[in-house]
Amino acid sequence: MCDQTFLAITFGPCDSCSENPVGRQSRLDGRSQRATKNICSCCSPFCPFPMACQGLASGETLKSLKAESETLRKKLEEERKKLHDVELEKVAEKAEALGELNMKTRRTLKGHGNKVLCMDWCKDKRRIVSSSQDGKVIVWDAFTTNKEHAVTMPTTWVMACAYAPSGCAIACGGLDNKCSVYPLSLDKDENLAAKKKSVAMHTNYLSGCTFTNSDMQILTSSGDGTSALWDVESGQLLQSFHGHSADVLTLDLAPSETGNTFVSGGSDKKANVWDLRSGQNVQSFDTHDSDINCVKYYPSGDAFASASDDSTCRLFDLRADREVSIYSKDSIMFGAASVDFSLSGRLLFAGYNDYTINVWDVLKGTRVAILFGHENRVSSLRVSPDGTAFCSGSWDNTLRVRQEGRGVVRELKQGGTTPYLKNIFLFN
Amino acid sequence: MQDPDMGVKMRNQRLLITVIPHAMTGNDVIEWLIQKYNITEEEARHLGGLLVQYGYIYPLRDPRSLLLRSDDSPYRFQTPYFWTSSRWPASELDYAIYLAKKNIRKQGELVDYEKENYSILHKRINHTWDFVVMQAREQLRASKQRRKADRIVLECQEQAYWLINKPCPGAFDVLDLGPERCNVLSSRVALIEHSRRALGRNRVKSSICLESFMKYSEQYLHHDPIMSGCLPSNPWISDDTSHWTINTDMVGTPTRLRVERWSFSFMELLNDSMGRREFMIYLEKEFSAENLCFWVACEDLRHGESSKIILKVEEVYKNFLAPGAARWVNIDSKTMERTLEGIKRPHRFIMDDAQMHIYFLMKKDSYPRYLKSELYKNMLAKAIVPQETKKSVFPFMRRQRHSSPSPAMVTQATEDDGKAKGAGPTGTSSTTNSQI
Repeated sequence: MCDQTFLAITFGPCDSCSENPVGRQSRLDGRSQRATKNICSCCSPFCPFPMACQGLASGETLKSLKAESETLRKKLEEERKKLHDVELEKVAEKAEALGELNMKTRRTLKGHGNKVLCMDWCKDKRRIVSSSQDGKVIVWDAFTTNKEHAVTMPTTWVMACAYAPSGCAIACGGLDNKCSVYPLSLDKDENLAAKKKSVAMHTNYLSGCTFTNSDMQILTSSGDGTSALWDVESGQLLQSFHGHSADVLTLDLAPSETGNTFVSGGSDKKANVWDLRSGQNVQSFDTHDSDINCVKYYPSGDAFASASDDSTCRLFDLRADREVSIYSKDSIMFGAASVDFSLSGRLLFAGYNDYTINVWDVLKGTRVAILFGHENRVSSLRVSPDGTAFCSGSWDNTLRVRQEGRGVVRELKQGGTTPYLKNIFLFN
Repeated sequence: MQDPDMGVKMRNQRLLITVIPHAMTGNDVIEWLIQKYNITEEEARHLGGLLVQYGYIYPLRDPRSLLLRSDDSPYRFQTPYFWTSSRWPASELDYAIYLAKKNIRKQGELVDYEKENYSILHKRINHTWDFVVMQAREQLRASKQRRKADRIVLECQEQAYWLINKPCPGAFDVLDLGPERCNVLSSRVALIEHSRRALGRNRVKSSICLESFMKYSEQYLHHDPIMSGCLPSNPWISDDTSHWTINTDMVGTPTRLRVERWSFSFMELLNDSMGRREFMIYLEKEFSAENLCFWVACEDLRHGESSKIILKVEEVYKNFLAPGAARWVNIDSKTMERTLEGIKRPHRFIMDDAQMHIYFLMKKDSYPRYLKSELYKNMLAKAIVPQETKKSVFPFMRRQRHSSPSPAMVTQATEDDGKAKGAGPTGTSSTTNSQI
């Protein structure tokens, strides 16, 4: 009846090892099959997708360019090695060892109907803004766990959100390729969505946004491979930063004195440092083996940490211009999605796709603690502005605020701790 | 994507007395993980559980519940063909064949959601339905010819695979990945330029950089609440916001830690509004307050609204740079020339050079003197060290958690009637003590 030939997939033994089942295609009209070898995934050599040859003008020039960039790269490596006279572990030997870290969840913020993708703290140290997959952006007072504002974006997968330094506005964006700023008003009847201002326009999804030192400017990173600086009031593009060869997934502003640089990480495994004023790529680090999901500056501004899908976190020093430490363990096989430093920079908190949070000693390079509690991957993690706690948002629709039971370094003063029971009695 | 490569390493098998070969107990899996990776039992259980959820190990006794039980319940390795990481596309046709086989083998063995999926698929790929059924029959016939043990193994594998890839609706879908990304081209020439520039950069020796990390951590150790606890108590633990109220911007007496922090670096002093105010008072005594005012005005210019740039530049020039200005700042002639040139075409960063010059002037000269001055020493002596609150005797008592005024409201209030943030925080502190 039909004149199409149908190909069906049957299971048969592998041609080379004769053991594992392999799907073979056979024509159902009984004619002989193509003479291809059907081998199972164990036996076949790994075959990556062939790299698309993208507009090779003349094979010679590309080859020579490639060779040149390779030699330059090697020279750069050598230069960097020359000044590397000591490892961080060695220097950190005289640092005091950390005691046991006992962080408990102090607040659980429930209210999102879907995965929490991003969160940010307000400068008042207790408010949090969080965004989720279903388009809702909620502002919480994390201390009382009350929801203060809720905005529904017209897009799903709101992957970036930020709180303005003054605490009067929030910015968010995602698959709509824009970054929108909502001024927070306290009039309960007022519809926040009505006052929305579209600030940034990219040609692909928005992966990260942050306010620079004031409410007036926003820095955004996007899946189209660029980052950009925008003026909030006029929506004008002030500066754009090109240099990544794939999606830019994350960015962080430097806390340094001159406050003029930021670092971005992308799917091309590179972390680039940019100058805000000139738009130039000042430094670049490419030692990761997979996408960089998150970058954060060390509190002094001289270094930054990155979290990547290759399940490691690394510390890069800006003055030495190299990677100085890797935080990884064999038992951690899942990618890290988010990192942040504690106030003193001694601890590094990292959230992973295996639903855990690992706490690393930055100087010694060892893991101090592993925290459980989330029921799906941890998508974002931030330490509060004064360092009193940190909050983690996860794909299990909740956010958790955690804090240490007692200081890690201080010795125990009172003997015996009373168990702390919450929400039992309220006295008026 | 995660790429666990565990199959090869984990050939820790035990033969079970039943027909199924190469099975292992949950306990074995956990023990092996603990041993190989040197981790705690809790972590091993968590990791093993994830392996089961992603389909690399499947349970034999209760195939629908994807948990790793640390007892002697049997598990088996999934064949690499079915591994999640091989990303063999789970097409509809395959799923249909699987369901058809199940249906044929034992009528009514399909669970509810499987029945639904079956009928949906039946409608959708109706044109190939004959082939689906034919394939199913073929495969069943082929499998009948195998040994019983092999047949059971293959059946289990297939079932486990489909449990992961087409889970029960409402159950946790482990393969949920997020939106897709696409890639962009690269350019070699830019890379070469960049590498050349990078070669020419000045680098610092590792030992110096790493020492600075050590120093920084040590310096801030007592200021880090997670490392050293905070006084009087961490608000998140004790529900008491006094830590925040004694550290607000404009409080009467600052805490000792805060005043000490001003001596760490010039930026710390300027970032703290109280510190800035104190420094201003000191500079006024030294008759060099115009430097700080200039710096503040430049910061405002840099971060302020674009529309007001021209206005602000005018003002700065009038107040600080024009010859004979009221608060003339002392910058070297070269920078002055450059700035005056640039003012003709004002933009956001025009004052950067001058601002940097003044900043470093203050940092090298006024700042160290301030730290040695009587003003600072008095501040330090006056500063309070809050008492650590004793843990409450009645563990059942819970302090009322009061909300603080939103920053948005606070700024509105200051605009309206000048009643500053002083009203807000003191309000909360008086109501947080709910003693019996």
